[in-house]
Amino acid sequence: MFTESAFFYTFITLAFYELTSVIQKKTKKAWSNPLLLTIVFIVIMLVAGNIKYEEYEEGTKIIGYLLTPATVCLAVPLYEKLSVLRKNALAILAGIFSGVITSALCVVAVVFIFNLDSTALATFLPKSVTTAIGVGFAEELGGITALTAITIIITGVVGNMLAEWVCSKFKITDPVAVGTAIGTSSHAGGTAKALQMGQTEGAISGLSIAVAGIMTVIIAPIFMNLFA
Amino acid sequence: MKYLRQLLIILGITFVGEVLNYVLPLPIPASIYGLALMLILLCTGVLKVSSVKETSQFLLDVMPLMFIPAAAGVVREWGIIKPILIPTVIMMTVVTVIVMAVTGLVTQLLINIRRKGKEKNVH
Repeated sequence: MFTESAFFYTFITLAFYELTSVIQKKTKKAWSNPLLLTIVFIVIMLVAGNIKYEEYEEGTKIIGYLLTPATVCLAVPLYEKLSVLRKNALAILAGIFSGVITSALCVVAVVFIFNLDSTALATFLPKSVTTAIGVGFAEELGGITALTAITIIITGVVGNMLAEWVCSKFKITDPVAVGTAIGTSSHAGGTAKALQMGQTEGAISGLSIAVAGIMTVIIAPIFMNLFA
Repeated sequence: MKYLRQLLIILGITFVGEVLNYVLPLPIPASIYGLALMLILLCTGVLKVSSVKETSQFLLDVMPLMFIPAAAGVVREWGIIKPILIPTVIMMTVVTVIVMAVTGLVTQLLINIRRKGKEKNVH
């Protein structure tokens, strides 16, 4: 069938994204976030069409394949804003540290409130960091890696969708603070939005992905030992 | 040929990142090694920004798209999510907002303190 064409699912995904980008431009609402709407459309298509996820995954491999080189490219805006980073290094590091601790505390709180087990704790502790770090980490601590991966991805989508709203609600206006907040809370998914908000926001958000990831690897096991 | 050469450099650095990830026993993924390596090459002047600029700009522009196939995986993982749906949704949404707000406010506070300190020194 035509769906077996290697280009079909990639084409559909790009087409949905382009279409929803137009909708976003027209409505300018948080819910019309193209990333979120495209995912919703794809999920509806898979469920309604009774299409196996594996088939869609196979057909869109090329898109995911680009994520690693794209993350590497975050070094370019960071290099161009190196002076901003140097001037604010301490504030950025302390901000990321506060975010990593907050994330771990919140995860512990939710696990405690819903009476979940230590497997759940290991699954969700790395939820804010970049997928490759988070999944490796959850595996080591004995979490359910498939659930970690999907939680991390959706966290990125949520960060992308709500970044502007959160920053205006909490009056986070400094571009460096905006970048640190987005990169620490929602990795590359949120960073994609930070890049659209401004060069400094994008550069610092990109840096925060790496720093938050490494800090989490060092700090989160302490929470695991304390609460599991 | 400009785009081909830029892509070549970016993929080359990504590949070295993968090799480092394979060789070194640290829990750091290839993308972070690659990011650090690219930054070092740019800072030391070995690599000029103009040698990667347009292609990296393109990859960063389309980055949101790269999350779509993995996010649609929610269909496959629905079985594991369903029994713990509410806490999972809270982790994805409420916790993300709290972390974003705390990180931003702490960073902004420290930047403002530093700025005020500087102003005092000037006066």
